[in-house]
Amino acid sequence: MKDIDLLVEKSLSGEKLATARLISIVERGDDAAPSVMEKIYPHSGSAYYIGVTGPPGVGKSTITDRLVSLFCGGGYSVGIVAVDPCSPFSGGALLGDRVRMHVKSDWDVFFRSMSAGRVMGGLAKTTKEASRILDAGGKEIIIVETVGVGQSELDITQATDTVVVVLMPDSGDAVQMMKAGLMEIADIFVVNKADRPGAENLSSSVEGMLDRASQTMEWKPPVLLTAASLNRGIDRLYDTIWNHARFLKEDSRLEKRRKAQMRNEMQSRIEGELLQMFRKHFGNEEELNSLAEKVYNKGIDPQTAARTFLENGFELKKRRE
Amino acid sequence: MPDRRSSEDMERKVRIVMAKLGLDIHWRGVLLVSQFLKDAGMEVIYIGNTFPDQIVAAAIEEDADIVGLSTLSGNHLTLGPKVVTLLREKGMTDVKVFMGGVIPPHHVPLLKEAGIYEVYGPDTAMEVIVKGIENAVARRARSS
Repeated sequence: MKDIDLLVEKSLSGEKLATARLISIVERGDDAAPSVMEKIYPHSGSAYYIGVTGPPGVGKSTITDRLVSLFCGGGYSVGIVAVDPCSPFSGGALLGDRVRMHVKSDWDVFFRSMSAGRVMGGLAKTTKEASRILDAGGKEIIIVETVGVGQSELDITQATDTVVVVLMPDSGDAVQMMKAGLMEIADIFVVNKADRPGAENLSSSVEGMLDRASQTMEWKPPVLLTAASLNRGIDRLYDTIWNHARFLKEDSRLEKRRKAQMRNEMQSRIEGELLQMFRKHFGNEEELNSLAEKVYNKGIDPQTAARTFLENGFELKKRRE
Repeated sequence: MPDRRSSEDMERKVRIVMAKLGLDIHWRGVLLVSQFLKDAGMEVIYIGNTFPDQIVAAAIEEDADIVGLSTLSGNHLTLGPKVVTLLREKGMTDVKVFMGGVIPPHHVPLLKEAGIYEVYGPDTAMEVIVKGIENAVARRARSS
């Protein structure tokens, strides 16, 4: 317990080794994790959170690298949480986002790679906790970088203030993007690799979709063209992020956004806790197996079986008390 | 209904920073080994071509258990020990440094003396590397 206090204290004063250890503790879900977050949380909340997401290979890491150099050039300290998928077979992961980073020795940067799907409660919980630790340790800008496939792009809206969705000319047509759910979450669109043919086309089709959707929006997501590896268009992206940050600061929009995020976070934590409690108190593998047998033989349908299982569980618990 | 995921999640996954040492560009081997370690359930943070100070910075921020250095260009005696020294200087006393690549056999004792934990030549079986890393991490966990 004392060790944790010391680690937290060191991390709050910006000591990297302590920060790294704390992130590992919450990432693994060690017993000490809740008390770490309890101590860290009051010190978090002053950083500005930026999410960078999009399909694999569109240049998220390169864009992040260029943004980091602009933020650091502007005198800001930056924390980065980069999430890559993990292998569903081995549970291992090859985390390669660091390769794109070119951090100068006098910049105040902390970069952490993370594997998705490693922790219960999913991506939102882990990235949030890691970025809060970085925030509490004094980083002014937090960048969360995730691969935008599946659930993760929703998570990133829950963990950040400005969401940048990165696309590229060859990453599929507009319908593919609508399918992937990337359209709804962006505050800023970036069409990267704009030196390739098809970039203009893609950006106008994204604009077209936004025109239809944005009539009710207060903020119409800008669509920017960049070629990150050539360092083109990144200045405009940087300015646009600040524009969005200013927009959020008006009319206490940022406050509202963060409050909504916190409500959602608590809700999903409550659900998670409930599940844990349930598993702890109602664990009955035998009954589950015998119900499965019954369902298979058409003796009962799955929905009724599930309800029966729950009702029996509650009955038993009541009698035990 | 036991929680099947929790025991797996609680289990500490080995975190290993894999680097190409210095300007050595022969990256195919290190990526192959990285892939193998991933398939063995480890979290491999691949950082590409890097010098000792960058490697150590990565090891700190990523809270690595192991640092893996790949070298095929003859810089092992100069840059390898420097990684170990820097790690110790920065307080990462329990991180083990592994080295792989083309290293003359008579250099191996020198490297080990300088604090390199293990050295693997080009014909080492992948299973040997995986076992070696797992054992090193297990020893680390016991001693801490």
